[in-house]
Amino acid sequence: MVKYSLRRLLGAIPTLMVVVVLAFLLVHAAPGGPFDSERVLPEAIKENIDKYYHLDEPLPQQFFRYISNVVRGDFGPSYRYRDHTVTQLIAGSLPISMLLGSLAMLLAVVVGIAAGTVAALRQNSVVDRVVMAFAMTGISIPVFVIAPVLVLFLAVKLQWLPAGWSGSTGAARLLLPVISLALPQIAYIARLTRASMIDVLASPFIRTARAQGLGTYAVIRYHALKPAMLPIVSYMGPAIAGILTGSVVVEQIFGIPGVGQFFVTGALNRDYTLVLGIVIVYAVMIVTMNLIADLIYGVIDPRVRYR
Amino acid sequence: MVLWLLVVACGTENVGQSDSTLHRGLGTDPESLDAQKARSVQAANLLRDIGEGLLAYSADGKLVPAAAERWEIADDGLTYTFTIRADARWSNGDPLTATHFVLGLRRLVNPANAAFYANTITDIVNAEAIIASDMSADELGVAAIDAQTLRIELTQPVPYLLSLLTHPSTFPAHSKLGNVDTANSARSLLSNGAYKLLSWEPGSLLRLQRNEHYWNNAATAIDLVHYHVIVEETVELNRYRAGELHTTDNVPPENFAAIKEERGDELRISQYLGTYYFGFNLTRPPFKNNPHLRQALSMAVDRDVLVEKITGRGESAAYSWVPPGTDNYAPPQLSYTNLEQEERNAIARSLYHQAGYSDDNPVQVELRYNTSNTQRRIALAVQAMWREALGFEATLVGEEFQVLLTNIREAQITEIFRGSWIGDYNDAATFLNLLLSNNPANMMGYASEEYDSLMQRAAAQVEPRRRRLYLEEAERALLADHAIMPVYFYVSKHLVRPEVRGWEDNVLDYHYSQHLSLDVAQ
Repeated sequence: MVKYSLRRLLGAIPTLMVVVVLAFLLVHAAPGGPFDSERVLPEAIKENIDKYYHLDEPLPQQFFRYISNVVRGDFGPSYRYRDHTVTQLIAGSLPISMLLGSLAMLLAVVVGIAAGTVAALRQNSVVDRVVMAFAMTGISIPVFVIAPVLVLFLAVKLQWLPAGWSGSTGAARLLLPVISLALPQIAYIARLTRASMIDVLASPFIRTARAQGLGTYAVIRYHALKPAMLPIVSYMGPAIAGILTGSVVVEQIFGIPGVGQFFVTGALNRDYTLVLGIVIVYAVMIVTMNLIADLIYGVIDPRVRYR
Repeated sequence: MVLWLLVVACGTENVGQSDSTLHRGLGTDPESLDAQKARSVQAANLLRDIGEGLLAYSADGKLVPAAAERWEIADDGLTYTFTIRADARWSNGDPLTATHFVLGLRRLVNPANAAFYANTITDIVNAEAIIASDMSADELGVAAIDAQTLRIELTQPVPYLLSLLTHPSTFPAHSKLGNVDTANSARSLLSNGAYKLLSWEPGSLLRLQRNEHYWNNAATAIDLVHYHVIVEETVELNRYRAGELHTTDNVPPENFAAIKEERGDELRISQYLGTYYFGFNLTRPPFKNNPHLRQALSMAVDRDVLVEKITGRGESAAYSWVPPGTDNYAPPQLSYTNLEQEERNAIARSLYHQAGYSDDNPVQVELRYNTSNTQRRIALAVQAMWREALGFEATLVGEEFQVLLTNIREAQITEIFRGSWIGDYNDAATFLNLLLSNNPANMMGYASEEYDSLMQRAAAQVEPRRRRLYLEEAERALLADHAIMPVYFYVSKHLVRPEVRGWEDNVLDYHYSQHLSLDVAQ
């Protein structure tokens, strides 16, 4: 398994290189530059600024300068945040996104799997229909509707919770964003679990287990749960990578200084280095999470072997 | 849930609970708190709290002495001598001297610092050569005669120099390296204003604390100021309604009438030095050498409908380029200002025909704007007005802002484009200079010898009344040419809680925290 992991990680290096090159070309291909505004700068001042940020060099030279810095762990200065480096901005925002994301994922896994299992056991009953109705609603109502409604009700009307991140220093500010992030994930996971659980419960080995006289709880706990988790594990790899690197919508609505916000504003401001830095972090996360998902496969599915 | 318990234990903090902290909405992050490197309105707002120039503005927008207690201007208007307050201090207690202002101004023009606002002081002796790297920054025409005396020498009279010297880019610097490394340690940022920086969490919050070394510290009422970074206007409104903010940076256009009803006097709308306009690309057909067509299009736009039905936040229809409220200036008006819209439409139709167009041969025009709700609605309304009055169908092109800017600057495909101009200081020149043929920001490509020469004559005038006449004459020429289509004047919009005292509306929309106080009894 260690050999397999190492091989996978080494194999990811060319992928990452391709991602970096493409991202570099794409951000530089977008019209406009980081310092463009309606207040067009006098030529001499524009030249000074371009020189300061090495934007006057030919693109290949800029690329090699950038890559050689990245290899040494330096993502360069942010063009928009002139007092900050990209490393500082990511180091400040990634932990916040990761904290929110992992809390939301935890909530989603616990609630989603429980709800999905209950629905599968009581297939076509009232319970099943209610759970699935909730899940369907959770999937179809987008976060940018749910989150403001939560804010309006719990923060503005009742004033129980802060409406924005900087409105409080306590853990209270985590609650609304975590729920907003978790709701659609709960819905997905509940539906996946239900479908997969129904499949597994219909398979011959479950019939055998029941025939041996095992109760429902023991059948689920010792026989059905593990194989039913396979689709969820493969769903979670990329889902976790996505949720940990920040949801732009939730971050905007609650004013959370997470990576997602910096990514979008960076792209709009043509903050080349900031966007590239976040793309690299995001790519590394996806590669890692996919690997972890594959490794967990081996733990829960005895048919999987790593070579 | 465990989370619930956690939350109930912590509770939330509302603005009412801590008496001496002022919570202000800020819009986006400042890009820098280095006075010479900053660029945005947000950065300038913050810098006016933590720093101070030779002069500043009072709460109601009047120029007042600040770090300088007095000054003398030579008769030729070329030499200014400032006396710095003996009790002016940096936030670490060091005395503030004339040398610090010399350092600050040199940093501004030094090419190594890549300062955006370097061109604010190009009229200081040698500034232009220094920016162009032809001279060393030490040769800038500013000198510290002694610790308290600063002399600035100009190449031509700049009647608005005193208001320029309130701009953060002209603030003093403690050393050649500036005042700071904000990212590494906000607390180590040296500043000379009423407040100092405590912390900066990008994308979220900037905390300021009273600077006890400030010369006028006794007049500062509020101990702590929190600037909350909130990009979305609707989010800011919710946070204000949830009691987390005392003042907002803006007010969203959606449901404006309902907000007005709900908030009453808390809604503060005030005239602002900013013009929303449509620019014509004067370097290409159909607008090149075609004043009739430009005038027809301009006249057919019913500005009253736009400001009442579309923008609807108290903006006023614009019939001049320079906004009303500009100091020492009375903007001339477009020729048709006093006509009813129907009369305007009739004249517009005949001008349209004179320009060679008709229903059978309509003009083909693209109107470009940056994609946003308000911009699209304005563009749609204008398209409908032209269709109604002149019978042609303009093509609307919505583009991302940076794409639009690139297209406007290249002037290869643009025909009519949306633009806005916000005054940097309270003087007509900040608007009129834009249309000079040699100004790189003149994206219309307007080049009029008459206009340029009137502006030049104005620039050479020391006597304010004579200068003003030339400036007004220049704008009259500009409006007669229909080189630009002013549409409406911006207003500043804020929500201000009743317990906030000392907030006064002013055209510059400057609201220094040191002028505010909180009435705890409220």
